[in-house]
Amino acid sequence: MFISWGIIQSAVELGLIYSMVALALFLSYSMLNVCDLSTDGCYTLGCSVGSMVALTGHPVLALLAAIGSGVCSGFVTAFLQTRMKIESLLAGIIVNTGLYTVNIMILGKATVSLNDAPTVFTWMKKVLAGTPLADFYKLVVALCFVLLTVLLLVLFLRTRLGLSIRATGNNKDMVRSSSLNPTTMITIGLCCSNAITALGGCLIGEYNKTCDINMGTGMVTIALASLIIGETVFGKKTVPWRAVGVVVGAVIYRIVVAVALRLNMPATALKLVSAVIVAVAISYPTVVRTLALQNRRLSTRGVSLYRILQAVFAGLTVLFIVLSVFTSGSRPLMILLALLCAVFLVLMIAADRKERRDAHAGA
Amino acid sequence: MLVLDHVSKTFNPGTVNSKTALDRLSLHVLPGDFITIIGSNGAGKSTLFNAVCGEFYPDSGTVTLAGRDITWLPMHKRAADIGHLFQDPMRGTAPGMTIEENLALASGRGGWFGTISRQDREFFRERLAELDMGLEDRMKQPVGLLSGGQRQALTLLMATVNPPKLLLLDEHTAALDPATAEKVTELTERIVRESNLTCLMVTHNMQAALEMGNRTVMMDAGRIIYDTSGEERAHLTVSDLMDRFRARTGSALDNDRMLLQ
Repeated sequence: MFISWGIIQSAVELGLIYSMVALALFLSYSMLNVCDLSTDGCYTLGCSVGSMVALTGHPVLALLAAIGSGVCSGFVTAFLQTRMKIESLLAGIIVNTGLYTVNIMILGKATVSLNDAPTVFTWMKKVLAGTPLADFYKLVVALCFVLLTVLLLVLFLRTRLGLSIRATGNNKDMVRSSSLNPTTMITIGLCCSNAITALGGCLIGEYNKTCDINMGTGMVTIALASLIIGETVFGKKTVPWRAVGVVVGAVIYRIVVAVALRLNMPATALKLVSAVIVAVAISYPTVVRTLALQNRRLSTRGVSLYRILQAVFAGLTVLFIVLSVFTSGSRPLMILLALLCAVFLVLMIAADRKERRDAHAGA
Repeated sequence: MLVLDHVSKTFNPGTVNSKTALDRLSLHVLPGDFITIIGSNGAGKSTLFNAVCGEFYPDSGTVTLAGRDITWLPMHKRAADIGHLFQDPMRGTAPGMTIEENLALASGRGGWFGTISRQDREFFRERLAELDMGLEDRMKQPVGLLSGGQRQALTLLMATVNPPKLLLLDEHTAALDPATAEKVTELTERIVRESNLTCLMVTHNMQAALEMGNRTVMMDAGRIIYDTSGEERAHLTVSDLMDRFRARTGSALDNDRMLLQ
């Protein structure tokens, strides 16, 4: 079978665990309006610290240690950007760079194996042995942690402290005039979000039974991609709804990745794909506005930009389909490009329709 | 209530853009005073407010509020005692959060981990109903959906839900259309009267400057050039004010937003 249940199950497990990092960014990026670029390093930090503790035979203590390390990392990032007035992006990059050395020092080498160490997953395996859930022990662990995180996060954001953090991302002036200190709010927010990131890293380490110094590279982009997929699918409604959307987005992302890998797409291409997803999704509103404006400008000369783009994308779709038939090595890439062009074609047709309808309504 | 003692502030000192915004300014505000402040562009009216609310620390002089020296107190700590409304209605509220969430933050009810209780909602509903804008039925809507006038009225309510020791109004109706501005002005007068607030209001409306409050202060070049109250103020007209300005500064009162009627 092309996609087996096993592939979907491990994709869902991975998606759930990775959604912890996306949830952390939901707190820092969507709520606090800070793009925390120390995520990559913090994720690896959580895994390194957790792995070293797990190797001593305390898998649960490992999770707590990871959370603690995340809080410390978040505090440093927050301290640099609030007290030292370093630009928030730069503060994240600085901490991220520093964490590489910290992680190497914790691990002692580039890769550490947890094959012989007990983890929360092996523990759950023993607990569920013989029950109908025996095959789903990893899923159960991942689900428990994600549900608990979502629940705590949603409840936290409803408290006065949580509201203050949301308001800090919304309007700092208003926070100050409510006699709250935005510096404190950013610090608390980043400590919490980095704690979740590190917990996610630790869980991934226990799940994969390995910790690698480079495992966090590109994590922030992947998590942002999940966040954006979730917001596209679930919309920007209430906070609980959005938090669930983030988890679903991360799972969708992992399923897409599993399918892509099944299509023999090289694993190294995945980072490029997530980078494109994030770039396209964030720039999407601007592109739509610019195209609509240019279309209006050109239509005064009797040229329809949408029509031209429709023709271009239709041609490209056909070209890539033809190429995918005649090439063998890069067939998955061609199919992907053909699909992408087809999506753009549909978007152009929809935009053209909307423009005509609006013009009609205006007249 | 509020005492400013020889407060000075120069922006960009030592450069060609050096600008003395406050020049050894002294002002003694009595409890219950409602002072209207007028002056030409760049007279230092907003700078005066920023010195009081802690946007910056003065170069010299002291600021005392209700007997407490607040000269070096950070802005967010003063905010508990000072309500501040700006011309921009967007500044005082968090657009992505609902009306009740905004009010909950401003009122500061409950502890850090407390949530909005039923009593809180009831209390907010009553207060919102007093605004007479139908906001009490929209408490779950994000503030970003409200009009400028509604946002400014909400900001006014948020600033006064815990009566502050001092209310600063910086042309808070200037960005609103005339009908809404009038409504917000009425609300302001009512809230100030009911809570017996001490209030400073910058306005570009000369008529309102004389009609509202009990005292009028005229500023120019970072100093107070005219301070009137009581009997003298009661008989002043807008043209009297203009004459006094010309007599003291040698030039006409020049404010690009000024309304004479």
